[in-house]
Amino acid sequence: MSAAVSELALDLEAFEGPFDLLLTLVLKEELELADVEVAAIVLAFLKHVAARSEPDLEACGEFLVLVSALLELKARGLFPDEELDFDELDPDEAAEELAERLAAYRRFKSAAAWLEERLESEQDRFFRLGPAPVTPGRERPLLPEEPAKLAEALRALAAEPPEPSLRHLTLTFPPLGLFLERFRAVLKRRALFVFDREVDGLSRIEQAVAFLALLELRKAGEVSIAQDAPFEPITVKAA
Amino acid sequence: MSSFGQPPPDSQRLRLVDNPVDRLARTVEALLVIAPRPLSLQELADAAEEDAERIETALGLLTGRYREGRSGIVLEQVAGGFAFRAAREAAEACARLVDRPTQRGLSQAALETLAIVAYLGPVSRPEIARIRGVAADSAVAGLVERGLIAEAGREEGGAVRYRTTPLFERIFGLQSLDELPALDDLGEDAEELRGRLEAMAERRGA
Repeated sequence: MSAAVSELALDLEAFEGPFDLLLTLVLKEELELADVEVAAIVLAFLKHVAARSEPDLEACGEFLVLVSALLELKARGLFPDEELDFDELDPDEAAEELAERLAAYRRFKSAAAWLEERLESEQDRFFRLGPAPVTPGRERPLLPEEPAKLAEALRALAAEPPEPSLRHLTLTFPPLGLFLERFRAVLKRRALFVFDREVDGLSRIEQAVAFLALLELRKAGEVSIAQDAPFEPITVKAA
Repeated sequence: MSSFGQPPPDSQRLRLVDNPVDRLARTVEALLVIAPRPLSLQELADAAEEDAERIETALGLLTGRYREGRSGIVLEQVAGGFAFRAAREAAEACARLVDRPTQRGLSQAALETLAIVAYLGPVSRPEIARIRGVAADSAVAGLVERGLIAEAGREEGGAVRYRTTPLFERIFGLQSLDELPALDDLGEDAEELRGRLEAMAERRGA
């Protein structure tokens, strides 16, 4: 299982970048650019891409750059008298720069190889990795305190809190008759009244009982009720 | 009658307890055993409230005591400090006890990136990519996750720069980055490579 996974990892690392590939090619003694088969490289690269679940766009871009550079070099080989078309690019300068970048890359590749060897040879050095170091706690100085003041502070905490009021838990309903009498008295004085205005300022529970009283009067046929639209004021008239 | 288990003669015992270097060595030993990372000479001196010179003497004593072949615990000088580690001969047993995900499977891309950061750090991802000729994002992220490299400020353009961590030095058994071989000593002569490329260019120009 683990062997299969590491093989897979090796396969994924096959293409390490254009410099890596070019370096490999250049270092082959017999390298003659005209002999480099671009098609073979492309096929190898496509195989590498196909092996990945997701295409590595960066790698693809770099690969295109490399392949086009190779193609250009090959094309130049076919046209020895290149001054006609390629005068804007000094091939010696380009080669010099490429050589320098390759040399720099190669130095770090060697350094990577050294690190790899070192890692291998140091593999049998086991040590413990602790959590983030704990710096010695800085003592937090306490202000000198009077025992009496402390006791006072504690006493405030220890005192019984006042009993919470439970008044809101028991609803006290005003008697229905109260509102029956009131509405009848109002209708004796006036032909009609607006219910909302009449109960304005009362508590919710009183308003509810007042409304029940209104319904009672309507049921008994003592009043008629009108409302233009829901939530509009309710007008009460003597029947 | 065997003398095994008998206390040593008084004179010898006195010497063991009262020798100030021994006492300091025991203190240093204690500090190293609780330390979560290598301790520098100065850190040891500060904690022991002793001067660095005497700490060095104590460390010399301990290095002789805790060494390969003599002890299962080895005192080593690593990552700019002193630390205890397991003796190499116990490595297999240690490996059975603990897993080391930090070191497992460093890819070629990761090693190259690590090398660039170790030699050129602090260095940014674009610089790494320029040298390797390929994007370094995932290699950098992997190394950060393993704790081998860490962010170290930003360059003028705003790109995050990276440097290697003390853990890197410890895992690779380096006292400091100075122990890395000089870059020019590595690999074959760069001139040879240049010559070969120039020969290529000539052939092409011919």
